[in-house]
Order: sequence, then C-alpha cells, then structure tokens
Amino acid sequence: MPIQESLQVVVKKLQDKFGDSILSVQEFRDEVTVRFKPQVWLEAHRFLKEDEDCAFNMLIDETAADYPLRQERFDVITHLLSLGKAHRLRVKTQTAEHIPSLYPVWKTANWLEREAYDLFGVIYDGHPDLRRILLTEDWEGFPLRKDYPIEGYDI
Amino acid sequence: MSQTPTNEHTETHRQSSERRMRLNMGPQHPSTHGVLQIVLDLEGEVVMRCDPVPGYLHRGTEKLAEERYYNQIIPLTDRLDYVSAFNNNVAFVMPVEKLLGIEIPERAMWIRVILMELQRIASHLIWYGTSLMDLGAVTAFLYAMRERELILDIFEMACGARLTYSYCRVGGLLSDVPPGFEEKVAEFVKAFPKAWKEYTDLVSKNPIFMDRTMGVGVVTPEDAIDMGLTGPSLRGSGVDWDIRKNEPYYGYDLLDFAIPLGTKGDCYDRYLCRMEEMLQSNRIVEQALKFLKPGPVKVDDPKIALPPKELSMSQAEAMQRHFYQVIHGFNVPVGETYGKIEGSKGELGFYIISDGSSHPYRMKIRAPSFVNLQSLPLMTEGRMVSDVITCIGTIDIVLGEVDR
Repeated sequence: MPIQESLQVVVKKLQDKFGDSILSVQEFRDEVTVRFKPQVWLEAHRFLKEDEDCAFNMLIDETAADYPLRQERFDVITHLLSLGKAHRLRVKTQTAEHIPSLYPVWKTANWLEREAYDLFGVIYDGHPDLRRILLTEDWEGFPLRKDYPIEGYDI
Repeated sequence: MSQTPTNEHTETHRQSSERRMRLNMGPQHPSTHGVLQIVLDLEGEVVMRCDPVPGYLHRGTEKLAEERYYNQIIPLTDRLDYVSAFNNNVAFVMPVEKLLGIEIPERAMWIRVILMELQRIASHLIWYGTSLMDLGAVTAFLYAMRERELILDIFEMACGARLTYSYCRVGGLLSDVPPGFEEKVAEFVKAFPKAWKEYTDLVSKNPIFMDRTMGVGVVTPEDAIDMGLTGPSLRGSGVDWDIRKNEPYYGYDLLDFAIPLGTKGDCYDRYLCRMEEMLQSNRIVEQALKFLKPGPVKVDDPKIALPPKELSMSQAEAMQRHFYQVIHGFNVPVGETYGKIEGSKGELGFYIISDGSSHPYRMKIRAPSFVNLQSLPLMTEGRMVSDVITCIGTIDIVLGEVDR
C-alpha cells in the first residue's frame, strides 16, 4: 500500500528544506521514518510543527534506543501526529550523549525527555528540569542501556 | 515587612514557614489511585506549585520485554493498566502482527472489538466509582461495581481470568469463546443503558458534584494538544480526535458510534465525555455482535500459532512445532513499527524495534496515563488542594501504566 499523499508532501518538503541534513527516509509497513543529522534536530521539529502542510501539532512520543556497538550509541526517536491531517511521522537522529530538548516546541517533551534521561542517560540540552522521574534520585546507572544487567550485578 | 536586622537564614525560614508550606500528598494517599506522590507547595490552601512524583510502581516492563519472547510479553502488558488489561494485550500484539505482516481472522477481530469495548466500559466504571468516591460519593462506587462485575463475568467466561486476562496471542486469541458467550454479552448490552441512567441520575445533576467540578481544572484545546493529552481528557477540551474514528482499525469504520465532546475543558466536561463514551461503547458492542460469525480465531500459520492440542498430542510434527514454539518463540522480521489503539485512558501505543530475533530489541510503551498526568500542574496551580483531588480523578490515571 502506498503511503498517504499528505505524507508524501511532507517528505518532499523536508527534502527541499533540509537536503543533506536528511540521512535517510524509510517506508516500512505504511510508516515513514525520517533520519536527520543531530545538528538540525530542533530546527526540523520546529519546521514540522509550524509548516502548514506538515502541521504536526502533537508530540505523541519521544524516546531513545541504545546501540552500544556504535560510536554514537543512542537513537533518539520521536513520534509525531497531526490532528488536522491525520498523519503520523517518526523522526530519528543519533547521538553519543547530548541532544537539544524539544521542550520549546512541545510541552509534552518535558516528562518524555525526563524519562529517556532517566532510563538511557541521554542529556537533553535546554530542558528546564532534567532529573530522574521513574527511578529514585540516587539510582546508579541507566537501566535501558543494553550493557545494564537484567538480573543484577555480580558481587 | 519588618526592617529589624535578622540572620538571613532565620528570615527566609520565617517567611517560608509563614507563607509557604510544602505538603507531600501520597504516595499512600487514597485519592491518588495507587502510589503517586504529589509535592504541593501551598500558601494557605492555595496550590502554588504542584510536582507529581511518579515511579513508585516502576517494574522495568520495557527492560523485561527485551529478554522475553513475544507471547511471553503479553502477561507483562496485563499489569500496565490493570483495569483495562485486555486493551493492553491488543495494543501490544497489534504492532507485532504488523511487523509479521499477518492479518488476524475476522472472528478474532470482532471478539477483540467486543471485549475491548466491554473493557472500556469496565475501566470507565472503575473511574466513575473511584473518582466520585474521592469526592465523597461512596454510593456511586457500589453502583459501578455492580455492572463491572457482570463484565468481569463475561471475561471470566471467555478466558478464565477476571483481571489479568492474557487472552490475546500474536495472530489471534488464545482460544475461541465458549458457547453462550454471545447471549451473555447481548444480555449485558440490553441491561446496561438502564444501569447507566441510574449513574447519571445519581451524580450528573448533583449540585455538590457540579460545584466541585464545573470550572475546575480547565484545559484549553491549545494547551491540551501542546501537553499531548489524548482520549477523553483531550475530547473534554473539545478537540475532535478519536483513533477509532480518525484512523480506524479493526473494522471500527463499519460501526456507527458518536464521539462525545466537551466545550469548556473542565472536570465536569471530562466527566460527561466519559459517561457518554460508556453508552457509545455499549452501542459498539451491540453492533459488533452482529458481525460475529463462526470461524477460526487464530491465524493459520504454524510458525506463529501453536498447533491444536489434539494434534500436538497425536502427531510427531505438531508436537515438535509445539516444543519449538514454546522453547524458541518465533522470529519477527527486522524493522520497527508503532501500533496504537484508542485505549480507555487515551492513545495507547507500543513501539517495537525488531532485530529479527524472537524477542524485541526495544519496546517502548506510550502510556496515556503518563502523558496525561503531566498536565496536572497546569490544571491545579493557583487552585485549592481539594481541586487537586478532583483533577486527578478526571484525568483518570492508573499508576501501573504511569510507572510501567
């Protein structure tokens, strides 16, 4: 099944606007994933929210994934939704540790980024209140990293 | 303020103790619906700052899922939003089925729709009972439990469990529903509107209830979207968005139902939306029953579904398949996908990254309660402590899902 027409417009616009800063555009099971360079992370999201053809007014989810063998080990992933156009987009980038916070664009990012910081140790620059949310303040380590043991440490 | 020279420390201490008080509400406070702590900075009885502290029920579901086969994750999902466990089951298996590229049989689909909607009613009934009990209306709780019991009986009939069902499997359902299921559901559907009327008669026009909810916890549509609210909390603010209507799945586009919307975005509107939603869910169940035709409830793929018990006890190949499935699970193609349903609290999504093995590389749960709870400071700051309780009630959080 081809992807939604409105999404094709979005992808085209992104390619025109960001050009070389887009590393890849993937389509899989009717879902589109756009991978940006980390330098344009904030700018790209602001564009996606404010452009009238994109109109992604809701940040559904923001999270990370760990690939410890890579130089830049974290994928930072957002899921965007446009209520008006009823289309969705997944946006990715990768980082070793730091990434700009999306809090200035969507308030939702506040807790979602705190959670990703808590469980992965990704540091969101510009986040107003970056502290642990699910774990206790004195917790050591970041549980969702792949090198974090699932059954406790050896003594 | 007095100009007499004082020690700086005692001066600030005097000011803060006179004007501001820090109050820890929870984690054992009954109105927090579980183990939620809320740090409130108060001036008198007015909330100056509200800081919810979730995490007391964190069990690391996402980490655990990385070490389990896909079907073994289903019991974990039961324990997220434990008052609507079936919705969680469906939300989890949906992206897995999408990754595998399989279509579930029609009968399984309609049974899922029926049970999901019944589950939504049950979940809203819990919300109705508990949130009103927080406001002092204990009778409402007893009324709500009465109908919820009937729904739990239906679930018990289908799968044997009353709270944590684990009834879904990747590719369909654990087993078909027993004979008499449809009649029992039809009986419930017929009786429910009358019971529903009792709920609204009891509460909706109650002056005390209206005083405590009207104009309290107002969220504008812009704020609701910016805060990522979903579900009845979003629709209470008048934003017309329901995944069942706008991005239909499972044949919801064949069904006729309305999406109730609020106008003011206060606690009372959210209350009305949820109440009306129960009735609409009841309508959906009634229509979905007509689509229920005999047929298989599991996908016909020996790699994914377990062979029938008779076969695995009598044929060598089927037995091998059974063993292999139980010991190894099944591999899922490399890729990533996000599956979402309109859960009873809002958009419930599971984002799964597969590396081609038999367990997910990463599973992220997009929990509606977690995101919705984030708007509590917005609703409560500048209002009374008692309004905090009303607001928590109408956001409808379940801590199992907030903390995962």
